[in-house]
Amino acid sequence: MSSLFTRIFIVSADNLIEINNVSFAYGSRAILKGINLVAPRGKVIAIMGGSGSGKTTLLRLIGGQLRPTHGEVRVDGQVIHQLSNDALYKIRRKMGMLFQFGALFTDMSVFDNVAFQMREHTDLSEELIHDLVLMKLHAVGLRGAHDLMPYELSGGMARRVALARAVALDPQLIMYDEPFTGLDPISLDVIGNLIRRMTDALGLTSILVTHDIHKSLNIADYVYFISDGMVEAEGTPDEIRASTLPFVHQFIHAEENGPVPFHYPAPDYAVDLGVAR
Amino acid sequence: MKSQPNVVSRIGHGVIDSIWRLGSAARFLGQVLWRSGLSWRRFQLIMNEVYASGVLSLIIIVVSGLFVGMVLGLQGYQTLQTYGTEQSLGVLVALSLVRELGPVVAALLFASRAGSAITAEVGLMKTTEQLKAMEMMAVDPIARVIAPRFWAGVISMPLLAAIFSIVGVFGGYLVGVVLIGVDDGAFWSQMQAAVDVRNDVLNGVIKSVVFGFAITTIALFEGYDAMPTAEGISRATTRTVVTSSLAILALDFVLTAFMFKGI
Repeated sequence: MSSLFTRIFIVSADNLIEINNVSFAYGSRAILKGINLVAPRGKVIAIMGGSGSGKTTLLRLIGGQLRPTHGEVRVDGQVIHQLSNDALYKIRRKMGMLFQFGALFTDMSVFDNVAFQMREHTDLSEELIHDLVLMKLHAVGLRGAHDLMPYELSGGMARRVALARAVALDPQLIMYDEPFTGLDPISLDVIGNLIRRMTDALGLTSILVTHDIHKSLNIADYVYFISDGMVEAEGTPDEIRASTLPFVHQFIHAEENGPVPFHYPAPDYAVDLGVAR
Repeated sequence: MKSQPNVVSRIGHGVIDSIWRLGSAARFLGQVLWRSGLSWRRFQLIMNEVYASGVLSLIIIVVSGLFVGMVLGLQGYQTLQTYGTEQSLGVLVALSLVRELGPVVAALLFASRAGSAITAEVGLMKTTEQLKAMEMMAVDPIARVIAPRFWAGVISMPLLAAIFSIVGVFGGYLVGVVLIGVDDGAFWSQMQAAVDVRNDVLNGVIKSVVFGFAITTIALFEGYDAMPTAEGISRATTRTVVTSSLAILALDFVLTAFMFKGI
């Protein structure tokens, strides 16, 4: 397990995403500290790490919602933070994003949610949009739910509708921000399999930010572990499973003690309780 | 003495924060105006919001207008009767409504009914990442969500104020003419003679347009700027109602001072 994958692909035109030495800080609080990462076309890349490790920030940098304080993020060869607003919006049409809880538009039906981008960005007739939306919903198993409103959907169904909406305009890249959070085991399995199937069937590139290590190892082609704003480990799922790195070991086996401490930094316990000085 | 620097520091921070927010709101309004092209090209977007904030406010406007008009009829009759001029009741009711009560009370009601709803809706869209999702779909949320609501408010407000005044005049007529027995002809003819289209009606319309502008700007900014939590939305909604109400009353004074300075 090494950064061989990164080194091999960093200069390749087959990479849809290239993140080169990217740092990012909110004010004086550093979130990312010199991250290198690549996502080759047609692959599922999983980014894992504890809460607050900077995973979601990384997705926002790829989407151009944040600007790196150092380094560059390239999407399809273009440096995202150097693009004009119009160019940024143009490149975002090649991206889809699945938010943690779906982020469906609550004032629109399931059908209108999936049709939203088609109506905003294309001149397709309503008849054609109707057929396309039903096809997208059929792919996630929810064609029969097209008349429902978002508040009538379960968490898993909302996530599937959001997935259908994310692939509405056949993007090149889909980013998944914690897609498994709060799902029951069946829904979790359905979403995980859909991510893999969609990536393969549509030739997409998928970037998956998640805590769910076991599901991710089943569906990802390559895994990055981020801790404290840096890439702590990377490798194929098999390499990760065989890893002896303490951080990876703690994460995979969900151990309480290890490089990631259980306790938030605090003064000495006895001093805090007043039984010692 | 020891706490003095803290007090001064707190006041200073408060002033700086207020000025900072005012600047942000001005910048936000500039962006809304600049990115309004889509709303006017797809006018249906504005009309949908006119329905949500204007049409759905009709009941409260009509009922309040009727009661305010009836109270004006009662109070006005009692006062005018003292001087033997109860025939001028129509003038009193109409001028009070068209110049002041129509625009101001309708705006206060609009701020509490539609303004709070706009803030809560936009705040919730922000909290549930709907605005971010829209941005990631290469759709500008300011152009698609904010600007149509802004223009809908600016269009709805004068219409609601006009309806408020019309229903109010009818309320005054019910009490003054039907209930108390003021002469029907005098009520309407004196009103017709005294109410001037430019000085009274047009100025009332200008006021309500300005109020609509202020209320929707405040409501949208508070929603867009809300902390993405339940408490944040609740505070933003309260701020919308309080700030809008104060802005309406302050603007009313300024506008009245300019409009009726010669009277």
